[in-house]
Amino acid sequence: MPAMNMIQAVNSAMDIMLARDNDIVIFGEDVGYFGGVFRATEGLQKKYGLDRTFDTPIAEAGILGVAVGMGAYGLRPVVEIQFADYIYPALDQLVSEAARLRYRSAGEFTSPLTVRVPCGGGIFGGQTHSQSPESLFTHVCGLKTVIPSNPYDAKGLLISAIEDDDPVIFFEPKRLYNGPFDGHHDRPSGIWANHPLGEVPADYYKIPLGKANIVREGKDVTILSYGTMVHVAQCATEETGIDAEVIDLRTLLPLDIDTIVESVKKTGRCVIVHEATRTSGFGAELSALVQENCFYHLEAPIERVTGWDTPYPYSLEWHYFPGPDRVGAALKRVMEG
Amino acid sequence: MKNTANSGLHVPEPTARPGDKVDFSYIAIPPAGSVRMPDTAVDPSEIRDLCYDLIRVMDENGQAVGPWNPKLSADDLRRGLRAMTLTRVFDDRMMRAQRQGKTTFYMKCTGEEAVAVAQGMALRRDDMCFPTYRQQGLLIVRDWPILDMMCQVFANTKDRLKGRQLPIMYSTKEGAFFSISGNLATQTSQAVGWGMAAAYKHDQRIAATWVGDGASAEGDFHHALTFAAVYQAPVILNLVNNQWAISSFQGFAGGDRTTFAARALGYGIPGLRVDGNDFLAVYAVTAWAAERARAGLGPTMIELFTYRASAHSTSDDPSKYRPADEAACWPLGDPIDRLKKHLIALGEWSEDQQKALEEELTEYVTKTAKEAESYGTLDQGVAPSPATMFEDVYKEMPWHLRRQRQEAGI
Ligand SMILES: Cc1ncc(C[n+]2csc(CCOP(=O)(O)OP(=O)(O)O)c2C)c(N)n1
Ligand SMILES: [Mg+2]
Repeated sequence: MPAMNMIQAVNSAMDIMLARDNDIVIFGEDVGYFGGVFRATEGLQKKYGLDRTFDTPIAEAGILGVAVGMGAYGLRPVVEIQFADYIYPALDQLVSEAARLRYRSAGEFTSPLTVRVPCGGGIFGGQTHSQSPESLFTHVCGLKTVIPSNPYDAKGLLISAIEDDDPVIFFEPKRLYNGPFDGHHDRPSGIWANHPLGEVPADYYKIPLGKANIVREGKDVTILSYGTMVHVAQCATEETGIDAEVIDLRTLLPLDIDTIVESVKKTGRCVIVHEATRTSGFGAELSALVQENCFYHLEAPIERVTGWDTPYPYSLEWHYFPGPDRVGAALKRVMEG
Repeated sequence: MKNTANSGLHVPEPTARPGDKVDFSYIAIPPAGSVRMPDTAVDPSEIRDLCYDLIRVMDENGQAVGPWNPKLSADDLRRGLRAMTLTRVFDDRMMRAQRQGKTTFYMKCTGEEAVAVAQGMALRRDDMCFPTYRQQGLLIVRDWPILDMMCQVFANTKDRLKGRQLPIMYSTKEGAFFSISGNLATQTSQAVGWGMAAAYKHDQRIAATWVGDGASAEGDFHHALTFAAVYQAPVILNLVNNQWAISSFQGFAGGDRTTFAARALGYGIPGLRVDGNDFLAVYAVTAWAAERARAGLGPTMIELFTYRASAHSTSDDPSKYRPADEAACWPLGDPIDRLKKHLIALGEWSEDQQKALEEELTEYVTKTAKEAESYGTLDQGVAPSPATMFEDVYKEMPWHLRRQRQEAGI
């Protein structure tokens, strides 16, 4: 199997889908000739033509508005929002339109769109190139939210997202594009070629939405995580020597509740890790679900390790980022509790 | 790759990509001095043609001609030349600092210096500016200390923004320079709101805002035009058409169909289109718009027609999407060279003086950069104290942030 980094994996998914389905069109700021500022669509315009992968005006509301219109016609738009931090102008089209079209037309009109959104920090991007706004979208009924943590999952999940008949927000943790990242920013970064999940089949395959992945089995505590934080959680597990079961949720909505409940019932403890801010973050939903479903199995309070409730501070990035030390401390607390 | 006859969906394409011969033949350049200058009280409907023309003052010989000649004193012209040159030297130095790892990011305004510098000179020192990331010349022409700007770029202990913002996202209330946002075009309607507030208070100050050709596609810019027109706000809406928005040529913002200045027409706002590399023309149109706004005659939109000669930012490589020699072929020249030529033609400047000025400014910038570096650079980790991270989220820190600060142990 070829080694791919996460950009190549995402590119491969789109390449395959453009070839398979003429109704798929890809567009966004700088995605056409240039191939995107992260190069995720590199080569696609050349291969499939100007009208299948193209640049757009810088207007996120417009990008999503025309995507909804194309979807209503029957196309399957795959759009890129250059950074998650720039998705806000498009919120009305996503929240009021794409998310509810099926419901309000009683299924006559649908929004089979995929919105690819580079997210997360760790690249010194400052307040406007670092955000993780996933919980804004999981809060909206009608949207699906996906966040892969490695190239293999990214490709399989993106193909599922593109084929899905509902609107999918597909977050891509940009710190993971070139290699896995365990949160130790002061050490050399890994590369995907050296990671088992950097081996990606060249052909079509799918990973179903709504299916979590247990990346490490353990019996002491369950760590619920996604995106970049999966790697941080694994690192904290190794460093503390605590036998944690690390679950990569992969899809936040629909959520794989069965895998979560089964694991927490087994371990009796739960630590939730995400990079996004804490208050009303997705961890709050997870915590509530675990409490509702596993209360009588819990041996310690559920812990959340998250970004602080401040904007992402440019130069203080590594004081902000919830690294392995903070996750490790939470693991120790729940074990003592 | 070209649109074929049977490809139903039209997708714009620039005239040249890497490897192609540069082609700017589609740009019509009227002679300097050929465009009329209306009274500032003119009805916008009477000057529709100015949205499609190109206001120019300096001719090929460096002479200032025509009704838009602002007739600046030689001292003012030298001041403008100095500020533009300083801007360029400053940019080069900060770009080098980024390459040396002293900061992570930088954005130059090379080739566009006349925009911010001439406009900053035509505005009053306390007129409120709502810029993008490419108007550092406003601060420089307002004599804002470059040391302060450098400390922001290095996110060091003297960074007035406490290391919270990307380099170049300056903010200074005292400098009447609004906090730059990373989110494109948001500043445009804010500028209109500031202007409305000034009008409400019978304040003599006006607002000015800048937006790129690319970012003008955002809804915010259109909200700005609507509100400015409805409330006749004392605001100047500047659209800097530097032909590129990262890798997207101006056709993706609608520039293939009409001029950007013509956007103003649909809103009943006067639109002026100006040679953005002509310092005198830029000064003159800005002074005209400022006079109009200050007299209570309402907003003006100005398209500044220029060229982004450098990369979009230090993260960008333009050789991937435009011909390498495109900047050199730009038909409207370089703003610094052109103003220099004009001053020399007036007998008020010489090549030797320009050389001496460049040397003086290079020395000044180098010396100032050394001082700024002595307060820390990003790679040295001399960042502002981590405890400051929790401040200014709210006026008073709520319990949950206090608790988080405690948890952070700082
Ligand atoms: C809302 C939003 N969308 C996208 C971006 C990413 N972005 C930053 S600069 C830029 C290009 C802007 O081009 P233009 O407005 O022409 O200004 P120029 O860089 O040419 O000065 C883009 C797409 C952003 N910062 N904000
Ligand atoms: Mg531009």
